[in-house]
Amino acid sequence: MTTNTEITRSGLWSNNVALVQLLGLCPLLAVTSTLVNGIGLGIATLITLVLSNTIVSLIRGFVRNEVRLPVFVLIIASVVTIIELTMKAMFYDLYLVLGIFIPLIVTNCAIIGRAEGFASRNPVLPSALDGLMMGLGFLLVLALLGALREIIGFGTLFAHAEIMFGEAAGSLTIVFNEDYPGFLLAILPPGAFFGLAFLIVGKNWLDLHPRAKGVAVEAIAEGR
Amino acid sequence: MAKNKIMHKRQILLSGLFLWLFAVAGTSLVTVTEQTTRESILENERRVLLRNLHALLPEHRMDNDIANDTRRVTASALLGTEKDSTIYRARYQGEPVAVVFNSIAPNGYSGKIHLLIGIYLDGSIAGVRVIKHAETPGLGDGIEVRKSDWIRSFDDNSLASPQPDRWRVKRDGGVFDQFTGATITPRAVVAAVKNTLLYYRQNADNIFQPDS
Repeated sequence: MTTNTEITRSGLWSNNVALVQLLGLCPLLAVTSTLVNGIGLGIATLITLVLSNTIVSLIRGFVRNEVRLPVFVLIIASVVTIIELTMKAMFYDLYLVLGIFIPLIVTNCAIIGRAEGFASRNPVLPSALDGLMMGLGFLLVLALLGALREIIGFGTLFAHAEIMFGEAAGSLTIVFNEDYPGFLLAILPPGAFFGLAFLIVGKNWLDLHPRAKGVAVEAIAEGR
Repeated sequence: MAKNKIMHKRQILLSGLFLWLFAVAGTSLVTVTEQTTRESILENERRVLLRNLHALLPEHRMDNDIANDTRRVTASALLGTEKDSTIYRARYQGEPVAVVFNSIAPNGYSGKIHLLIGIYLDGSIAGVRVIKHAETPGLGDGIEVRKSDWIRSFDDNSLASPQPDRWRVKRDGGVFDQFTGATITPRAVVAAVKNTLLYYRQNADNIFQPDS
C-alpha cells in the first residue's frame, strides 16, 4: 500500500513535519538558537516518535474509536516520562544536556499527529519507519535552522558540541570571525520565525523548480 | 429502541473500561520505571553534587565528607529560599574551611536560578556554579560554566572587594560583565551572590555549629 520509499520521501521532504505540516513549532522555534540545541531536541523527538508510533500501531486493532485520542495521549505521556527517567538513570550527563528539551516533546503535536494519521491505521514496521523518517525530517530542519541562526546570530557553528558528543567534539566548533559582533535578532524568537520562513520558501522554490530539486533530493539521499 | 439504548450504554462502558485499562497500564509502567531507576537517579544526583562541590572547593583544602557534613538553614530572603535549605561545610583536620550555600536568584529572566555558592571562612568567594535554570538558550545560559567563564569572575571576590555598591553588572555601574543581549540574567546572579555573602556575614557564627 504505502511503500517504504514513499514513507521515507514523505517524512524527509514532501510531508516534512516542520516545513509542510508546520507541526511542533513551539519546541522548534524555542530551542533552535544553536545547531547543537537543535540536534539535541531532534534526537529526543525522533526516539519518542519511533516508540509512540510503534506502540500505537501495535494496539491499533483493539483501540476503540471513541477513546483513541486520550489513549494516544496516555501512551505518549508515558513514553516521554519513561524516556526521561531512563535517561536520568543511565545517561545522567546526557540528561543534564537534553533534559530541558524532553518536557517540550509533549508539546509537539507532530507526535500525536503521526499516531492518529499514520500509526493507527498501518502495520508496525511501516509505522516505526514513518516515525523514524518523520523524526529525521524534523531533526534535519531543526539542525538547519539551528545552524542558520547560530551562524547569523553568533558567527559560530557547532558551539558547545562537547556537551553532547563528549570532549573530543569540542574542537568541532567553528568560529567564522573572532570580532563578529553578533546579530541578536537571529537568536531571539523573531529570528526563528524568519529563519523558518526562509527554509519554507527554499523548499517551495525547489518544488517549483524540478531540476534543482532533483539535485537537492540526491544530496539528501546521499547524505543519508 | 430500548435495546439500542442498552447497546449504547454497553458501548460507553466498554470504551470507559478500555480507557481505564490504558490509564492503569501507563501508570504502572511509569511507576515500575520510577522504582527501578530511583536508586541510580539518586546516586547520579549525588555524584553530580559531589562533582559540583569539588569544583567549588579544591580537594586538597578539605578532608571531610562534605556531602554529609550538612546543616539545614531556615528560609531567608538573602538566600532567596522559601523553604529550609541545605548548606555543606568543608573542614580540614576538623577546622572549618569553607561553606557552600544552595542559593536561589529569584528574578532570572525565566524564573528562578539555582546556585551553589562556596564561601571561604574569611568571606571571600571560593566559587559559584549554576545548578538549575531556565534562561534563554544562547543568551542567558552563559551563566553555565560549560558555556562561558563568566561565573568564574566571582572567584576571590568578597564584600570588601569590590565595594558593596559595585556588586552590580557594568550597565548598572558595577564591575561584573553582562552578556550581549542579556542583562537580566547576570544581574539576578550578581545580586544573589552578593546577598549570600551578606547572609554569611550575618550568620557566620552559627554556620559551623552542629545541626540542631
